[in-house]
Amino acid sequence: MSPTYYVVLSAILFTIGAAGFLIRRNAIVAFMCVELMLNASNLALVTFSRMHGTLDGQIAAFFVMVVAAAEVVVGLAIIVTIFRTRRSASVDDASLLKF
Amino acid sequence: MIPLVTAAAFAFWLLAPVMILGALGMILARKPVHSALCLAAVMISLAVQYAAQDAPFLFAVQIIVYTGAILMLFLFVLMLVGVDVADSLVETIKGQRPLAALAGVGFGALLVFALGNAIVGEPLGLDGANSEHGGNIQGVAALIFNRYVFAFEATSALLITAAVGAMVLAHRERLAKKRSQTDLVNDRMRRYAESGQHPGPLPTPGVFARHNAVDTPALLPDGSTSDLSVSATLRARGTVLDSRELVQPVDQTVEAITPPETEDER
Amino acid sequence: MTLLEVVLPTPAIGLFSYAWLLIALPALSAAVLLLAGRTADRWGHLLGAVTPLISFAIGLILFIQLLARDEAFRAVGVQLYDWISAGQWHIGMGLLIDQLSIVFVLLITGVGGIIHIYSIGYMAQDDRRRRFFGYLNLFVAAMLLLVLADNYLALFVGWEGVGLASYLLIGFWQHKPAAATAAKKAFVVNRVGDMGMSLAIMLMLASFGSSAFVDVNAGASNLDPATATILGLLLLLGACGKSAQVPLQSWLLDAMEGPTPVSALIHAATMVTAGVYLVTRSYAVFAQSEAASTAVVIVGAVTLLVGAWIGCAKDDIKKVLAGSTMSQIGYMMLAAGIGPAGYAYAIFHLLTHGFFKANMFLGAGSVMHAMNDDVNMRHYGGLSKLMPITFYTFAAGYLAIIGFPFFAGYYSKDHIIEVAFKSNLIAGLAALIGAGVTAFYMTRLMLMTFVGSRRRWPQGVHPHESPPIMTVPLIVLGLGSAFSGILLNGWIAGWLDPAVGAEPAVGEAPGLLHFSAVGLLTLGVVAIGVMIAVRIFGPRHKVTTEQPASRSLVVHAGRNDLYGDVINETIFMRPGQRLTAGLLRLEDDGIDGTVNGTAAAIGGISAWLRRAQNGFVRSYALTMVVGAALVGTVLILGRLG
Repeated sequence: MSPTYYVVLSAILFTIGAAGFLIRRNAIVAFMCVELMLNASNLALVTFSRMHGTLDGQIAAFFVMVVAAAEVVVGLAIIVTIFRTRRSASVDDASLLKF
Repeated sequence: MIPLVTAAAFAFWLLAPVMILGALGMILARKPVHSALCLAAVMISLAVQYAAQDAPFLFAVQIIVYTGAILMLFLFVLMLVGVDVADSLVETIKGQRPLAALAGVGFGALLVFALGNAIVGEPLGLDGANSEHGGNIQGVAALIFNRYVFAFEATSALLITAAVGAMVLAHRERLAKKRSQTDLVNDRMRRYAESGQHPGPLPTPGVFARHNAVDTPALLPDGSTSDLSVSATLRARGTVLDSRELVQPVDQTVEAITPPETEDER
Repeated sequence: MTLLEVVLPTPAIGLFSYAWLLIALPALSAAVLLLAGRTADRWGHLLGAVTPLISFAIGLILFIQLLARDEAFRAVGVQLYDWISAGQWHIGMGLLIDQLSIVFVLLITGVGGIIHIYSIGYMAQDDRRRRFFGYLNLFVAAMLLLVLADNYLALFVGWEGVGLASYLLIGFWQHKPAAATAAKKAFVVNRVGDMGMSLAIMLMLASFGSSAFVDVNAGASNLDPATATILGLLLLLGACGKSAQVPLQSWLLDAMEGPTPVSALIHAATMVTAGVYLVTRSYAVFAQSEAASTAVVIVGAVTLLVGAWIGCAKDDIKKVLAGSTMSQIGYMMLAAGIGPAGYAYAIFHLLTHGFFKANMFLGAGSVMHAMNDDVNMRHYGGLSKLMPITFYTFAAGYLAIIGFPFFAGYYSKDHIIEVAFKSNLIAGLAALIGAGVTAFYMTRLMLMTFVGSRRRWPQGVHPHESPPIMTVPLIVLGLGSAFSGILLNGWIAGWLDPAVGAEPAVGEAPGLLHFSAVGLLTLGVVAIGVMIAVRIFGPRHKVTTEQPASRSLVVHAGRNDLYGDVINETIFMRPGQRLTAGLLRLEDDGIDGTVNGTAAAIGGISAWLRRAQNGFVRSYALTMVVGAALVGTVLILGRLG
């Protein structure tokens, strides 16, 4: 199975995740799109690991997962806190840092 | 027989459309819960891809950690926020959708082109690396604890920090004094004194031979049902059972087995 | 008009080497008076009055020593110090004491000293008298430097110094806006002349490599006519500014705002004659250029008529005398323009004019003091009996100026008219007519002031004779007006000729009783002028206290200074104002507008760009994606290439 296909799939998933982040207003869904992007890059890392014949790519993917976990924890806590005070989970509502 | 298609190829070509559809579904679903489920599908398919590419450890970790923990965390927060909250379709920022589509397409093309060019030659395969330490997991472990041990320790610190951060963020300052048992009893007695509300606990739901769930009301001594014994929610939903119906077969049976009251003075 | 060989100055010996004391003493006195402050108020005026007299004494001794010398050795050069030493320029500060400069020294210090003594009495009521004497001494020092310098650059230092002193003294009563404005006007108009002088010096330095008189006189014969003409015209411009000749005459009448001693010393006897001195010193240059000499003659002729015209129409006694000064200096310029034949007579007239004009100014001051500082002659009348000394000394000056036989002006003015006729008919006619008009307005002045009824006096005026401190100087000057002509006539031409480059044969002394045809003609014209004045302003005619309206253009022109101010304003001032206003607008709207406009434009652009920061995370994310795509593209293209 040529690595090219995996990498192309990874690129497509990443693009979909990026586009989703740009489109969706719900904070949690936007966060999920970020997770999708991370997963796509994991796939690419594993593919390259296989291509080069070393396990370093898998190690990198592993660390990405760990960091994604930590990130999700803190990110969701923030979203919950904002929801508690503002009763809104929309990303567009937090727009005070503007001109 | 020469296999016309390898397992990996089969897995790939079967699951690649699934993944893409799942990803699209995730970004296009109206209800966020649907988005989360589509993402779950994508993640599990990815785990399969990892397995197909000689990364069994990651396959397992993906399912357990990513899908099982992280995605569930997403769902919990979704439930906290409100599962029924649906995004409106109207876009508030001018030109965001077309520009996003354009940017997406352009970026995608760039990525495909760039990454496609990065692949040169045949893949070396992980057979050698996996067997070096006697297995994939052992190989991964050897790398983590030798070459990347510092990163490993740092990520552990990161996780601790994340946990502490979540606790700090979720903490709610108690603005009023915590109500103790004494306060609750006092309130109950006061309510009884003022409005005659019964100070005791509510009656439990009825227990019948055939049905003793929470949606069966209890019978009061005079044979009427007690509305207090079922939850108000069930009552509002109208899913409360009729106790009379439950009692009726018993009455019928009792009637059936009761001997007739004949000239029993003989 | 043959030129002598250039006379090289002999080195200084004896008292000559101390000739710098002539300048240093008044300068030191001025410094003391101005810096000492109010502690010097009690004795300041005495120090100020004595110092010019000491300089006069030194000058007199030097003069006698020069007299004793042979004619060839009468130019003494005193080297003081190296002044400017830059690259190829080595300009020293030195003094040249020759026949021309020594008579000026005597005039300045002698007449100046007399006027200083007069000022003790005239300014007795002014509590800034000490400062007044400080400025007067400053003036004397600067004027002496002007006439004693041996190069044009040092002369220019004195030139500027007298300009400064003039400004300070005209505006002495600085609380009067009219005085302050007049001082500014004098300074500004002088500046125009100074510009000409500076350019002339620069041209000299460029042509001769030096501005010393000896070098200029030696090198003048090598000048091409064009350069000589330009040099002569530039020097003439400088002289016009200082001497109030047309076209730079507008400041002199306004300068009468200053105290009367100032008008006497600076604007009659000495500073205004500096222009004549300059032209005379530059005889070598003017000898090379026919055009420049003719220009001097024209300037002199025009000015003498203009000054006389103005003098006829003024009711302010000082302004009449100022117009008269302008006119008499015109005579001097006319004579100087004629060339070596006329230089000696120009200086002769300058010396006699110094006496009689200072005399008349001081007399006018005496009259003003008596009439509570009123200058309007229409408020005077019949003062001759009440102020006899003033009247007789003023009469001596009057007779001198109109050219009454045997008085000073008779000899000096007649020589000029004769020389003018010899040179050019029109110049001679102008001088002749000028003499008649001079007689007219001076007689008018005498009649309006001293003769006639006293009913024109305003309320509360009690005229009386001035105190001796004022009348004694008047007497001295009156005697000078009467007899200086007789004393100088036979001797002055021969004395001055070597210094002005003329053959001694030209200056043969006519006898004291010499009556030429021109002289008689002049007397006739003068008599006509006197008679016309007596007809109009005589005792039987009523002089009005208010200036009568007149529809005559001649009278109108005279009353308005021949529209000199109007011309200056229209040609120079208003266009200048418009130019500065335009430049200001260019700066405000143009340059400032460009700068501020650029700032505003940048501000506007940034305000427009700011809207990209709309606070929405998704917009920022879009920007990031687009940016990442661009960076990626650039990187990939770079790799491909």
